[in-house]
Amino acid sequence: MAITRNGCEGCTEITCVSTKQVLSNDVAKNVKTAYDRVQSRGMSACLFGSGGTCCRNCNMGPCQIIDGVDDMLGVCGANADTVAARNFARVVAAGSAAHTDHAREMVRGFIDTAKGEGPHCIKDVEKLKALAAVFGIATEGREVNEIALELGEKALAEFGKQDSEPLAMTKRAPEKRQAIWKKLGIAPRGVDREVVEMMHRTHMGVDQEYENIMLQASRCALSDGWGSSMLSTELTDIMFGTPVPRRAIVDLGVLKADQVNITVHGHEPLLAEALCIAAQEPDMIELAKKQGAKGINLAGVCCTGNEILMRRGIPVAAGFVQQEIALATGAVEAMVVDVQCIMPSVTEVAKNFHTDIITTNYRAKMSGAVHIQFDEHAALESAKQILSHAIKNFKKRRDFFIPQEKKLDVVVGFSHETINYMLGGRFRASYRPLNDNIINGRIRGVGAIVGCDNFKLSDDAHEVIARELIKNNVLVLATGCAATSLGRAGLMTPEAAKYCGDTLAEICETVGMPPVLHMGSCVDNSRILIAATQMVKQGGLGDDISDLPAIGTAPLWMSEKAVAIGQYFVASGAQVVFQSLPTFGAKKFNKYLLEGLMGQVGAHWNVASEPLEIAKLMIAAIEAKRDALGINKKKERVLFDMAMRRDLTAGVPGVGCHGPGGA
Amino acid sequence: MSKIICSAAIRGAHKIVDMAEAKYEEAVKKYGAEQEVHFPNTAYFLPIIYSMLGAKVERLGDMKDIFAECRKLLPDYVSDNVWLPYLAPALDAGMATFFAEEMFEAIRYLDAPDFYTKTEDPLENNIWLGAADDVIFRKRGVEFVDGTAPGFAAIMGAPPTKELASKIALELQEKNLYIFMHDQTNGVHMANQLKESGVQIGWGTRLVPFAPNYTSAVFAIGFACRVAMAFGGIKPGDFKGNLIYNKDRTFAFVMAFGPVSDEWYANAAGAINWGFPTISDYDIPQVLPTGICTYEHVVSNVPHEEIVQKAIEVRGLKVSVSKIDIPMSFGPAFEGERIRKDDLFMECGGGRTMGVEVLVSKDMSEVEDGKVTIEGPDIKDIQQGQNLPLGILVEVAGREMQSDFEPILERQFHHLINYIQGIMHMGQRNIMWVRIGKAAVEKGLSFTHLGKVLHGKLHQEFGAIVDKIQVKIYTDKAKVEEVMELAKRVYAERDERLGSMTDETEEIFYSCTLCQSFAPSHVCVITPERIGMCGAYNWLDGKASYQINPTGPNQPIQKGECLDPSLGIFQGINEFVGQASRGAVTELACYSLMNSPMTACGCFEAIAAMLPQCNGIMVVNRDYLGMTPSGMKFTTLAGMAGGGAQTPGFMGVSKHFMTSPKLFLAEGGLKRIVWLPKMMKEEIKDKLIERCKAIGMPELYDMIATEENGTTEEEILAFLKKVGHPALTMEAAV
Repeated sequence: MAITRNGCEGCTEITCVSTKQVLSNDVAKNVKTAYDRVQSRGMSACLFGSGGTCCRNCNMGPCQIIDGVDDMLGVCGANADTVAARNFARVVAAGSAAHTDHAREMVRGFIDTAKGEGPHCIKDVEKLKALAAVFGIATEGREVNEIALELGEKALAEFGKQDSEPLAMTKRAPEKRQAIWKKLGIAPRGVDREVVEMMHRTHMGVDQEYENIMLQASRCALSDGWGSSMLSTELTDIMFGTPVPRRAIVDLGVLKADQVNITVHGHEPLLAEALCIAAQEPDMIELAKKQGAKGINLAGVCCTGNEILMRRGIPVAAGFVQQEIALATGAVEAMVVDVQCIMPSVTEVAKNFHTDIITTNYRAKMSGAVHIQFDEHAALESAKQILSHAIKNFKKRRDFFIPQEKKLDVVVGFSHETINYMLGGRFRASYRPLNDNIINGRIRGVGAIVGCDNFKLSDDAHEVIARELIKNNVLVLATGCAATSLGRAGLMTPEAAKYCGDTLAEICETVGMPPVLHMGSCVDNSRILIAATQMVKQGGLGDDISDLPAIGTAPLWMSEKAVAIGQYFVASGAQVVFQSLPTFGAKKFNKYLLEGLMGQVGAHWNVASEPLEIAKLMIAAIEAKRDALGINKKKERVLFDMAMRRDLTAGVPGVGCHGPGGA
Repeated sequence: MSKIICSAAIRGAHKIVDMAEAKYEEAVKKYGAEQEVHFPNTAYFLPIIYSMLGAKVERLGDMKDIFAECRKLLPDYVSDNVWLPYLAPALDAGMATFFAEEMFEAIRYLDAPDFYTKTEDPLENNIWLGAADDVIFRKRGVEFVDGTAPGFAAIMGAPPTKELASKIALELQEKNLYIFMHDQTNGVHMANQLKESGVQIGWGTRLVPFAPNYTSAVFAIGFACRVAMAFGGIKPGDFKGNLIYNKDRTFAFVMAFGPVSDEWYANAAGAINWGFPTISDYDIPQVLPTGICTYEHVVSNVPHEEIVQKAIEVRGLKVSVSKIDIPMSFGPAFEGERIRKDDLFMECGGGRTMGVEVLVSKDMSEVEDGKVTIEGPDIKDIQQGQNLPLGILVEVAGREMQSDFEPILERQFHHLINYIQGIMHMGQRNIMWVRIGKAAVEKGLSFTHLGKVLHGKLHQEFGAIVDKIQVKIYTDKAKVEEVMELAKRVYAERDERLGSMTDETEEIFYSCTLCQSFAPSHVCVITPERIGMCGAYNWLDGKASYQINPTGPNQPIQKGECLDPSLGIFQGINEFVGQASRGAVTELACYSLMNSPMTACGCFEAIAAMLPQCNGIMVVNRDYLGMTPSGMKFTTLAGMAGGGAQTPGFMGVSKHFMTSPKLFLAEGGLKRIVWLPKMMKEEIKDKLIERCKAIGMPELYDMIATEENGTTEEEILAFLKKVGHPALTMEAAV
């Protein structure tokens, strides 16, 4: 008997067809999901918590603060602004810490790889050398692994660095931006140190001035964006290959009826990559066949999904909100998880089926799950052990329901390197065409849609925003679960150019690209920093990120990581829009985030509650930047005569003037 | 619909690489991998491959790696649905196309040596010239550098009628562009259309019939690559530098007529890498967004009457064409046009009749601006074949006019008269020679048109100096004799004044950075006794040019304290050059080959090189194709001397400088010269003998070896010993 469960009171309507189909199928009738819990909890969120004025930082409270009411200061005397700022800063610290611990694992894996241990090797030598140059590592005449080892060790040292020099990769930022950081004293030093200092300064009785607290919040976030997240992205690319354009599919229909379905959920691609390699080994395929399956079908969930989607074209079954739904199909033999964004509920959902939740990281254990520790020094063996466990479940599969037709084509793999290449080919690779067409107005600007999904706004919020942006000729970059959601909406195919305004459609048509570019997982937001910097360096759009007609949003943010990302964007000069911030209970501090930061870092937070409102705010912000750049004025075509050619400066750095065959 | 274009380009590239590789495999079987391959007389190997990859293809076997590179570049075909980005792959496919076509054409030179004429002009039985060799390239390159040719149109196919072909060619010529012709449309070649219409084709008229096939597109693109390497100093393998250089400085485009095949698309995609867009008359898709090219990438369906205008607009080119009111076309593209015997109506001067041209300055009150008079019969009064004496007397006046500027203005007559379509001008002064073609007469030529041209153009180019110009033309013998007498007096005074001017008598030298449009870091220093190495700009030119345009390419340099009179090192010059070269050159010796020699852009008339064994210096001119005792041909030496870098032992020089008292002063002067090509030695014979006498060694002229005495250092050394050349006993130069 089909059941009807379409959203609930307290959460918005479910629009995602695959979710609806699974939840209304008999197979899932006993499954309780977040949608149900939103309803069963039956209470709205705590106002003090939502507004940021609940202080639990010492044992005199907890104190609920009411802004402007003298009787409702904290016991210690803390006012709303201090409390909200400390809470906000701690969210930033927690988010940064998550990226940092993830990144540390990747760097350690990278060092192992450089030493020749484990199943991986250095895949992108060019990128290795480019990054080595950033770290001041000599590459001429050296073995690849030797360079990689030195890079890995220097990268690892960034985490525990104790001197006050800025992190190595901050010097990739536009010079003007670096100067701003220096002037404000927020250039990040050691990655771990910034998190620790943030935690210290928000301890009872330390930093109480919200502006000063936010300086450290910025520094802590920057140590994530230009430090750990960027390290993770770059070293993962070097090790597993920099993403290039490839076709793939997303949504629950990627699960296969006749194969062992193993979903890989979490964030660190070390495990996922090992699983991908192991799943192609003959003994594993043989084992699957012995169990009566036609093969092994790996499918991604959440950001691990994005990592292997970008680099290997492995399909993505679900984003964050669909993790329970994927299990509710009854078709998953095992969900292999590592860290971050794994709902505690998945073990409960799995109990309805033959499915095992396999935890693999000592940091992240769950009751009701099977723990098989992933040993990166014996990565392949670990992976095989995990796979074997899952494969053996296949025979136990009972009734299941896969929404077969629900799989959408996507074209993914738009790393900074891909964008650079796709605009000019191997010989003329550059961001020039992007900048040119922004300047001439065919592309109005760039909108980044990033972050999680949650149950507060309709599950098509990303899609609504993206459609509005591309209709208004704003190119969209996407990462994380937002990207999965936009893929599911069919906006990541080149054919989606038909939903664009005429001029963006013309650009998509010229390049052959989708109007929404998948740039990777949530740590890969660092790619957007690099892309933005590249746009600045290419010229014609100002001399800092804050001049660019670009803006980001994480409309359905859920994780603390999203706030860390938002803060490193703002501190890098990029505007961001969220649907809510836990700061509205503190008027001055809230105003500071939404306006006051502008004066210091050239960007600020924005809040807009509805998807269309978010999109319109983004478009208005982009047009304002265009006006400021003076590129909204119509320009006459410049024709060049000889004198103008003589006056050209030498132009491209590093180019010529040494004679044919010359040294 | 970029998708259609990119899909077709990628298909075309696959076909072309397959075809070229099959040809290569066949050739290896036939000739072996060790067989030498090359384009005729060039130091740039296969220039696209050399400039993009830095790879020298010298033997058939060298092509193997390049084909491997092509295969790496060749992308998958574009899928119908859920396609991957195709723009970049199509550009890469275009590059693979050019690599493959260059190798294909190189094998053609091997397989069919006479397929192309390898000349500057078509032959009776073959109009297809093939790739420009380095002599043509450098000669023409100068025009790119000095701005008389802003770029080229690479034409694929042919317009529908020969009338249209002539019209479009003429329009392109009037924009000063080179027209490179390739392939055919429906079996018709544009070069043939022009020939049938009696239009003169060949390098001289800038209407260059490259080849009857599309693979020859590489001759056009290879030309651009060489411009960047020779004049821009872009290193081989610096692909980005080369491509951006061409995008910014070489105003070239592809003009395609008729249906566009996959192979044409592949070539068009390749050209976009250089920033060269395609303009088509056919109904094909367009690619309008900008970025790789300065403006649009593919513009189609352009009506024939607008196609030239559209092309230069799309390429972003500004051509300032001054309209001179005469019935013939006018512009630099007609400078190289010849009047052959069969086309000749009449001629003046050149030994047939008396001919003289002279320019003098007068008082303002004596000149009526714009007045052009003729005394004696005009063209309309004579029959074909009736030659006349000719005297052209130009009188100018101006507040800024100085008698020193007279020869500069007068020297313009040659090219200005040559710019008239249907007229050929040679020589100068009283050895001038004018040939007038039937076509010009049919259009209504009068001698007064020469006056109009001189009046209009001299005003335009020297407006800052002259305010009034009148032109008196004489074809009456007695009158011409009068002008001749006047002219001889003027020449004698002038020569005396110029002859007495030395580097010591003048405190100011002039810089020349005219070439910086193409050679961004090179600076010439022009002294009274050292003319620019291009042979075209002397000290007075510099002075006049500065007068005309105080912020222009010629700036005065206070030579300052002389730090070394023999090397010719001056404080002021060092400072100027250091600044103008952005610190690349900190010391310049005006009179030395071995110490801090002058840099060169690449458009020198000749190159001097040290021959260590002979303890002497050889000089080779651009037109000499053979081997020299340095072990290098001119083209290879040019690579050593050009590009704005100081390479002691190698230096660009003008022919004129060969007879300057300051020639290689630091190395001992004229006595160091041990070898010259015969053609050059003959050309400067009189002056050279005069100089030999002046240094008290009249016998030196005969001691200077030529290729007849040898082309290796050993042979020359033996010759020098035999004749007792003074260089052998001089202080060691190295």
